[in-house]
Amino acid sequence: MNKRWTDFKNSADYRFVPYIMAGDPCEDATIELSLALEECGAAALELGVPYSDPLADGPVIQRAGIRGLKQKMNLEKTIKLVSKLRERGLKIPVIIFTYYNLLLQLGENRFISLAEENGVDGILVPDLPFEESTYLKEMCSAHHLALISLVAPTTHKEKLHKLAKEAEGFLYCISSLGVTGIRNEFRDGLNDFLKAAKENAAVPVLVGFGLSNREQILQFEGTSDGFIVGSAIVKKIEAMEKELISDREEAVKEFKHFVESMLPVYSR
Amino acid sequence: MSAAIVPDHRGRYGDFGGKYVPETIMFALEELEKAFEEAMKNNDFKKLFQKELAVYSGRPTPLTLADRLSETNGGAKIYLKREDLNHTGAHKINNAIGQALLAVRMGKKKIIAETGAGQHGVAAATVAAKYGLSCKVYMGKEDIRRQALNVFRMKLLGAEVVEVTSGSQTLKDATNEAIRDWVASVEDTFYLIGSAVGPHPYPKMVKNFQQVIGLETMDQFSSESGGDLPDAVVACVGGGSNAIGMFAPFIEKEVPLYGVEAAGKGVETDKHAATLSKGSNGVIHGSLTKLLQTDEGQITEPYSISAGLDYPGIGPEHAYLHEKGRVKYEAVTDQESLDALKLLCLNEGILCALESAHAVAYSLKLAKTMDKDKTIVVCLSGRGDKDVHTLMEQAEGGITHE
Repeated sequence: MNKRWTDFKNSADYRFVPYIMAGDPCEDATIELSLALEECGAAALELGVPYSDPLADGPVIQRAGIRGLKQKMNLEKTIKLVSKLRERGLKIPVIIFTYYNLLLQLGENRFISLAEENGVDGILVPDLPFEESTYLKEMCSAHHLALISLVAPTTHKEKLHKLAKEAEGFLYCISSLGVTGIRNEFRDGLNDFLKAAKENAAVPVLVGFGLSNREQILQFEGTSDGFIVGSAIVKKIEAMEKELISDREEAVKEFKHFVESMLPVYSR
Repeated sequence: MSAAIVPDHRGRYGDFGGKYVPETIMFALEELEKAFEEAMKNNDFKKLFQKELAVYSGRPTPLTLADRLSETNGGAKIYLKREDLNHTGAHKINNAIGQALLAVRMGKKKIIAETGAGQHGVAAATVAAKYGLSCKVYMGKEDIRRQALNVFRMKLLGAEVVEVTSGSQTLKDATNEAIRDWVASVEDTFYLIGSAVGPHPYPKMVKNFQQVIGLETMDQFSSESGGDLPDAVVACVGGGSNAIGMFAPFIEKEVPLYGVEAAGKGVETDKHAATLSKGSNGVIHGSLTKLLQTDEGQITEPYSISAGLDYPGIGPEHAYLHEKGRVKYEAVTDQESLDALKLLCLNEGILCALESAHAVAYSLKLAKTMDKDKTIVVCLSGRGDKDVHTLMEQAEGGITHE
């Protein structure tokens, strides 16, 4: 693993990993929002790629995808956007979040070389379960990219142990059944699931899906190494769509304020 | 042709098929596969399925010689496998009964389904009522508008029809939404897929429940002809469930098979649903298959006058049979299917579904290239009552269905 992942792993913080959609509401805004998120204390960044048929996503991220598509954002441009982020000084690991069909059309080999050239650290494919990911996993390992594994509360125990042991970058634990989106409560038994994940994982264990406020985040502090926030952040971006285009500097300030208000206080 | 056994243990038909779904539902696919394989080895289950097909759906459906149509058209004799005479008016009920019985066997109380034209939605709502299951049907807003009659039927049958406003608001999006529901409700809900699409084991299971079409056809044709097989078999293909069910027993025989896709306004235009003629490899609804998409992999909106063929993907086994060259896939335009529908009405007194009219249209072309003593069997997958509104609009030359 590269230095960015080593730093991520060695961090003593309760890791905050935000998700935003590339090209939402435009490419330049994505760059500023990414940098702002790092300033807010993000330990890594998930960059979504707009897709016509995002079947693991709820309405908020679906709409973000539609805005991204209108900007003609695609997988290749998203990867290249990462090198622009690196030029601007972004130091945290960046994970490309893409549906498999987009990856298939670009070509898995082409993805790997583009990712290496542009400073990408990992990839997450929500519709590519472990059983179908053999080739991509090998390719990623050979090129020091992390293929982020997702495990769900419905994952069989043996499979959970195996995936946790083999996980690279971080292990993504899905907090609840269903698509991405804000939730009011989480299921029982979640702590056992997280515990089993942590016992077996050699990388940080992160919890995601549905987290939208400080109370919810703190709920998982003892049982995980970090958390992922997507829809709650994307929803704020949606609400500030116009301002992020017309008065970006002010809008980004407000965005940072919003993100900070959501995070546990000790995050810088 | 000798073929490898498909699908393999990973649900692959050559390169096609597989399980491209979120990890959350992987366990449910395994559970389903296990339950399905067990049921298929269980004689009581198989007997129950056959019995329900007979006493509830009215099977076997007849094989009708369309003698006046054949005479008018010239060339080979055309036989119609009358799936339109099933309960609820289409072949969809075969699969719905099979999957509902499996759901009951698995102890599930809720089913969800997607629907385009509403035929599968009606079939799902019907079996839910029959077997005491709750039923939620996802249907695109656009399809709800153009298939109001079927929406009303589903509600009458006690189903909840959920309007899908995401994406292009048609079958593709209804399927996305049904999958999204299933990811959330997977622990107590059975997803009753309507076509030979989706992640493994769905394509295999749907074929299994639909192969009754081909098996009956083979027997009926054999009795009528004194032991022969037809010289060609034709079926329309959207997702491809009636076609795969019809083809199933013929694949290992030396019978030419033809799948007919919707060419819409022409395969040279951008308004068609000719997935195999114009599509490329990609993943849709959990399966690697051929689909209509941009170079970047955004799935594009198909078009056909027939809502049941209006699907950007196709069942993975069809993609495989196409690649192997075992089945020839042709495309027929809106206009050709409308002409065939009218000709069938006038000569045989049968109003077929617009989907099935595509198969009829191609068989008319094919028949003309064959001798009078040759035979073609066409799968008449459904009846046309649901399309009367579209036909009226066409006749008036007014609003076209787009």
